[in-house]
Amino acid sequence: MLGEPMNPQDRTRTGWSWWYLLFLIQFVAVLWPPFFNKAEPSWIGMPFFYWYQLAWIIVGAILTAIVYFATDD
Amino acid sequence: MQNVNWTATIIFLALFVLITWLGFAAARWRRGDLELLHEWGLGGRRFGTLVTWFLIGGDLYTAYTFIAVPALAFGAGAVAFFAVPYTIVAYPILFLAFPRLWYVCHKHNYITAADFVRGRFGNRWLALAVAVTGIIATLPYIALQLVGLQVVIGGLGISGEGYTGDLPLVIAFIILAAFTYSSGLRAPASIAIVKDILIYVTAFATVVVVPIQLGGFEKIFAAVPASKLLLAIPGDNTTGAYGAYATLALGSALALFLYPHSITGILAASNGRAVRQNAALLPGYSFMLGLLALVGFFAIAAGVSADPEYAAGFKQFGNNFAVPALILHSFPSWFVGIAFAAVGIGALVPAAIMSIAAANLYTRNIHREFINSEPTDRHEAQIAKWVSLIVKFGALVFIVFIPSKYAIYLQLLGGIWIIQTLPSVMLGVYTRWFNDWALLVGWAAGIVAGTAMFVAAHLTPTYALAVGSFTFPGYAALYAVVLNLVLTIVLTPLFNLSSGGHLDETIAAEYRAPQPT
Repeated sequence: MLGEPMNPQDRTRTGWSWWYLLFLIQFVAVLWPPFFNKAEPSWIGMPFFYWYQLAWIIVGAILTAIVYFATDD
Repeated sequence: MQNVNWTATIIFLALFVLITWLGFAAARWRRGDLELLHEWGLGGRRFGTLVTWFLIGGDLYTAYTFIAVPALAFGAGAVAFFAVPYTIVAYPILFLAFPRLWYVCHKHNYITAADFVRGRFGNRWLALAVAVTGIIATLPYIALQLVGLQVVIGGLGISGEGYTGDLPLVIAFIILAAFTYSSGLRAPASIAIVKDILIYVTAFATVVVVPIQLGGFEKIFAAVPASKLLLAIPGDNTTGAYGAYATLALGSALALFLYPHSITGILAASNGRAVRQNAALLPGYSFMLGLLALVGFFAIAAGVSADPEYAAGFKQFGNNFAVPALILHSFPSWFVGIAFAAVGIGALVPAAIMSIAAANLYTRNIHREFINSEPTDRHEAQIAKWVSLIVKFGALVFIVFIPSKYAIYLQLLGGIWIIQTLPSVMLGVYTRWFNDWALLVGWAAGIVAGTAMFVAAHLTPTYALAVGSFTFPGYAALYAVVLNLVLTIVLTPLFNLSSGGHLDETIAAEYRAPQPT
């Protein structure tokens, strides 16, 4: 209902791309604490909870860059 | 004044002189007629990808962030790390919705989100609601920047009896007000470059040097009490700390780019592509923020709270003194000067952008709409300059005369309020399906419900929503905006029966890059 186009022309102009689904991965990965609320495996003395989320900043940036290049027109 | 750290203070002052000069000189940068609102208040929409990166980064990662996020880690532990998922999910939102906002605003010379809502939904009262929400949410945020400044000035050992103790703060703010008045958005944009370099140097030095001093991450995390190291595992019939963590991250991310200062930074970009590129480039700052959150743990491991040298600072500023104390503890005086200047300048950049954003909202969506509908261009820019002064002065009075905890409560409430503009602004760039009056009722319900939840949760942002025997502790902003949205969707068909709806002055093609013909 929300994304319903007002008129047929809108459909081509909403600018949807399937590449955007890549974003969903990072939403699920960092918004579901049961995945990462643990101390092990630790890395250079840093509990999993911390390095996992820090690592997702980098992975998220890479995913965003992929989406950027894939949808750039 | 016998405890003043002179080396640090001199370096701090030298950097402040540099940025003051830069702030005034910025008036001539990418020269434009500063008597026009879009030149003064949006830098003439001339900033490319790189300057936009500095501007938005300088804008979102405020002095208060650098003080408060580590302070939360220091005091409450793992939950402070919600700032990391928050910034991770914020950028896809920027990437998807906000280039569309940029294109349509550029096309119609909209300067504020409320300008867009006015044009899209044709309802001046809805636009007023968006404008007022923006202004009210911004004011305590400016006040909090002053708290950041206060903490580092205190860290330099500068103190005084009664209100004379606030004198350095007043001077810093007069400088800020003067260059914002004369140079508009160009001032924070140019200073942001200096600020970011200083912040990066400070953050990386801290993250490299301090763990070496403390004997590695292993020892640092070993010093953190086990109860603070991870989120508490939820009990039966509740989502517990997990729900709170995720909803705080998601709700904050949804609110972030609705703040007037964020939108001002976005609209000042020279093209929509620069906005998209920045969504991929800005995580550079997030990484630094994540590292800074760890600094709260460094402070625990360094044992600064037990050190009598910092007792006065902790007494005055509470956990917010954790970062300054750690810096004083770990670095030579000259570097303390640089680090504190980074935080201090980090307060001025967002404060300038926030006051400009609030001034733009007042000028366009209150003054022009309700008081004088046909101001000359010069008159319009002049009003905005004056309002930016009034706004800053108000924040200063607030912080000098009222305990800073009220500014913190109001800033938390501000997040709950600003997210209520999500349906009309962020969803508005996708669809005009909503009825404007339904949006207004949804907004009002969201504001009232969000505020009530905040009060019911004893002035904290996490409300324990009870459904049957289950409780879902979560960010009140997110719960309130869901209510807002549901109400808007239910009421839209009903209101559409009675009113034909207003004219939309935008067309679908204006939300994208113009296609080559």
